[in-house]
Amino acid sequence: MNRTHNFICAALAALILLPTQAHAMHISEGILPLSWALVWFAASAPFLALGLRTLAARSADDLSSKPLTGMVAAVVFIISCMPVPVPTAGTCSHPCGTGLAAVVLGPSLGVVVAAVALLIQALFLSHGGLTTWGANLFAMGVVGSFSGFFTFRLLRSCGAGPVVAAFAAGLISDWATYATTSLILAAGIRGSSPFWPLAGKIALAFVPTQLPLGIMEGAITAGMVSLLRKKRPDLLARIALKGLEGRET
Amino acid sequence: MKRIVLALLGLTLLLTLIDGKTIHAAEQWQGVDEAVVGKFAREHGREAKKALIDTGEGDLQLFAFLMAGVVGGFAAGYCWRSLLDGKKRKDAGR
Repeated sequence: MNRTHNFICAALAALILLPTQAHAMHISEGILPLSWALVWFAASAPFLALGLRTLAARSADDLSSKPLTGMVAAVVFIISCMPVPVPTAGTCSHPCGTGLAAVVLGPSLGVVVAAVALLIQALFLSHGGLTTWGANLFAMGVVGSFSGFFTFRLLRSCGAGPVVAAFAAGLISDWATYATTSLILAAGIRGSSPFWPLAGKIALAFVPTQLPLGIMEGAITAGMVSLLRKKRPDLLARIALKGLEGRET
Repeated sequence: MKRIVLALLGLTLLLTLIDGKTIHAAEQWQGVDEAVVGKFAREHGREAKKALIDTGEGDLQLFAFLMAGVVGGFAAGYCWRSLLDGKKRKDAGR
């Protein structure tokens, strides 16, 4: 098992250190008209406010909440700017990490960590943009976190094990993020074209890349939850397994 | 299940690493931001603009990361007690 862990660590290190050109899935600066950019800022703002409020309330009770949230934000930042080539599609994309963040911290804090990661990427790496920050936050932060968290809770309440539920959470949060990006993009650029056919075309164009990447994200989430279950079960007990401890398998 | 997840992860990483070298040599692998988002946006008359703050010029990106590290480091250092030690001190005071 140690050898397997060493192999995975070495492979991940090599992957991160490879000098590849940065590619992202975020909507770039200027692609959305200003009116739509503002709509997505407004749509994301309440979720971000809720997340910040949750963070303040939680850190008043437990001081380790803030460092933990910071650590998870760093993980989401790294995961969501890690370009992964997909041989079946001939393109690069990246996992989102918000499914994992939502499982560990809860969905509202998942929005906060996504907001921080996206802001740093827009400012320093030209991934996404400042005007499209709201739209990217809605897709990756809001939809990614909430879909991942509810998938995890639903499967756990149906009796699935935490690792299986985490796999599904990662998978669904990734696919939901890209489906939402398709809808956001179609709404913003369609002009006089009909909305649904365009949204469907964009979503279909994402499929060859995101189908395997979603599975990879599920595997990453499941692996992290499995590791946390062994090493730090207290972290999972705070949010992910809260109220479900009796069903632990 | 654990074995399946590990095998899946290993296979994906292997494919990624093998392919990573080809990609870098050929530079033909676009991100989906360009291959999908950019393509559809161009077809509908929208073009990605240059970043508002372009850190790609010279050593600007290095400087930006250095400044972010300095600010983050000082903030963490200043709040060190409240981050890690505050709870203990509060408890000890009681």
